[in-house]
Amino acid sequence: MGWQKQVLRVDLNKSTAEAEPLNMEWANAYLGERGLATKYLMENMDPKADAMSPENVLIFATGPLTGTMSSTSGRYAVVTKGPLTNCIACSNSGGKFGAEMKFAGYDLLIIEGKAEKPVYLHIVDGKVEILPADELWGGSVWETEESIKAKHQNPLLKVASIGVAGERGVYFACIINDLHRAAGRSGVGAVMGSKNLKAIAVHGTRGVTVDDPTAFMSAVKETHKLLAENDGAKELTDYGTHAMIDMMQEWGSLPTRNFNEVQFEGTHKINPAASTTPNANGHRNLITNKACFGCTIACGRIAHIDEEHFTIVNRPRYKHASGGIEYEAAFALGPVVGVDDIDALTFASFMTNEHGMDPISFGVTLAAAMELFEMGVITEADTDGIALNFGNAEALTIMAEKTGKHEGFGQILGLGSKRLCEKYGHPELFMGVKGQEFAGYDGRTLQGMGLGYATSNRGACHLKHDTFGVDMEDTSGNGKAQPCKDSQDFVSLVDSTGLCLFTAAALGMEEYHMQIDAACEGDWSVERLTEIGERVWNLERQFNLAAGITAADDTLPKRLLETPAPSGSAKGKVNELDKMLPEYYAIRGWTADGVPSNETLSRLKL
Amino acid sequence: MQKSLLITPELCTSCLQCEMACSFEHGGVFNPAKSRIKVFEFEHGRRAVPYTCTQCAEAWCMHACPVEAITKNAETGAMEVEDAVCVGCKVCTIACPFGTINYNADSGKVLKCDLCGGDPKCAEVCPTAAIVYVDSDWTGYDRMRSWAAKTDVQPAT
Repeated sequence: MGWQKQVLRVDLNKSTAEAEPLNMEWANAYLGERGLATKYLMENMDPKADAMSPENVLIFATGPLTGTMSSTSGRYAVVTKGPLTNCIACSNSGGKFGAEMKFAGYDLLIIEGKAEKPVYLHIVDGKVEILPADELWGGSVWETEESIKAKHQNPLLKVASIGVAGERGVYFACIINDLHRAAGRSGVGAVMGSKNLKAIAVHGTRGVTVDDPTAFMSAVKETHKLLAENDGAKELTDYGTHAMIDMMQEWGSLPTRNFNEVQFEGTHKINPAASTTPNANGHRNLITNKACFGCTIACGRIAHIDEEHFTIVNRPRYKHASGGIEYEAAFALGPVVGVDDIDALTFASFMTNEHGMDPISFGVTLAAAMELFEMGVITEADTDGIALNFGNAEALTIMAEKTGKHEGFGQILGLGSKRLCEKYGHPELFMGVKGQEFAGYDGRTLQGMGLGYATSNRGACHLKHDTFGVDMEDTSGNGKAQPCKDSQDFVSLVDSTGLCLFTAAALGMEEYHMQIDAACEGDWSVERLTEIGERVWNLERQFNLAAGITAADDTLPKRLLETPAPSGSAKGKVNELDKMLPEYYAIRGWTADGVPSNETLSRLKL
Repeated sequence: MQKSLLITPELCTSCLQCEMACSFEHGGVFNPAKSRIKVFEFEHGRRAVPYTCTQCAEAWCMHACPVEAITKNAETGAMEVEDAVCVGCKVCTIACPFGTINYNADSGKVLKCDLCGGDPKCAEVCPTAAIVYVDSDWTGYDRMRSWAAKTDVQPAT
């Protein structure tokens, strides 16, 4: 158990919704969430299909632990082909939607085809309706959630939806659930928009059971205790991921002004301390922390903007509290665009949530546009009369809203950094991999991070491996391939359980095994779960290879490979990808061209 | 000593561990929809408030029940529903001023907090002590003490 053993398949071409049994053979080989959805995607579409075409398939997937008392059990993943990257997209989210989807009776939702007109799904305890969304189309995520709950007179509905960014195909549009939790990266919201699907609203009363309740509750007790006593988890409770900003500033890995620098002089104005220190008006940005479903860590930030701040002084609509800045938003709406006004960052973050777009890709794209502006390649004639200089807080907030609403120069920003830089003849200014922008860590001063970026199956990403420890022990590229590979496999497994990666602060494979073994039928071992992680990684790679990705795409921008880091602990370093990548391929059991060997495939039963 | 649930909303993170523990204790299933304690969120999560039965001494639900299915547990002070007697008439749900007793269509009976027989699971699992189980006569003790501490006007040494 752990499963509802039921999948909902929605064909928007035919306007049908049918339940089918969960393929338990696949659940046993790929577990759930990320892994299982990858298998379903591979079997249900041609990886060569255009990401924005009806042939793309959009999968919402829970894991076996989703909706249980395991800490952080609210996760679900959205897996599809991403328009930003033309690779597999795999974006997971917290909040309460994932667990509710399971309570409504489904482990996975598979969305195929394209509706003739805008629609939304209304799912309550196995009853599925495909309803017209004409009145919702053009509305923001926040408006959509409110309208749907009011229309069905059901405040218990949990809603995942897209904003205008997703409707209009902004390449990094995301899917937002519960107002400010996001399946954020690779443009999964644009795929939803391309299917004319505005929202999915679910409510369920079916509950989740586990195979061995006694063993499960003892695993729950033990893992809750480990998390409660862990310093890393405690730091997440107190400061959220936001705490990383001081660490990265000190180390010199905080990408600043489109990765031209690695430390930001304004960090002290936008760090956790700044978020709790009252400003001249006595306003304090951070209000409290909040949890996703089942989470005993509660790293989420709830913040509000000073009523006198230029962004909202005449806009009472934004005077309420909402999701505050976490590390990636702080980096992407702060240092990388050179802005040090914490309420401007918060407003831009509200915009990315309300209109449904990834703040990382938005910020890094804006950073490239700012560099082009300062070079004189684009001018105010291109940018709706806005001076796009680094550090211009007003420009940041205006462009966040324009991009979210797909207006004016926001339409160009909505292309993402790669396409924008190519459009203006400067592809070298794109800071990312496989079309996806970097997160807030510099790949020159964290070597393994650079390798992880280059090899991540969804394009540049900081969440698909974890080499912080070895990167901060040694600033060379030596010995990074093995921990990069091992952590990629480990994260692939964690992402397939239904739990949040942040539990890894306190839990290891043995603790995940304890929970899975008690929740699911059959015999599970640490070895079996470790192998599943590696299998999932290789299956994603197979999808990408079939989609046309080659070893040449496993690379980094010249700025990281040739221009030394100007300051910090790894001053003078460039990323040593040429050394690490061949070693990485060999450790993975891949050919020199980055293709899994037949031996590797057969070992992993692929 | 009789004990009561003491809820401090400002400590609640809205993780819903209490709702899952409640449904698991009473039905062996993780199912917030069948929980007898409910967490309400306000303003994009700015506030979260766990809410459940406070076990009134002169309980409206008990007095309203026409078949005497609701009785007081002498040991815990909880008003408990005897499922075998409850006819699902829902009069108690009308009588309760707080809405903390609710009909469950699956069983045809009403659901309310029974303090898990004196070992409430919601309080046990709450990671932030937003829900604790304390001496009924002194639910305000800690709050009184914290205000009392503020009366110290002597200069700090």
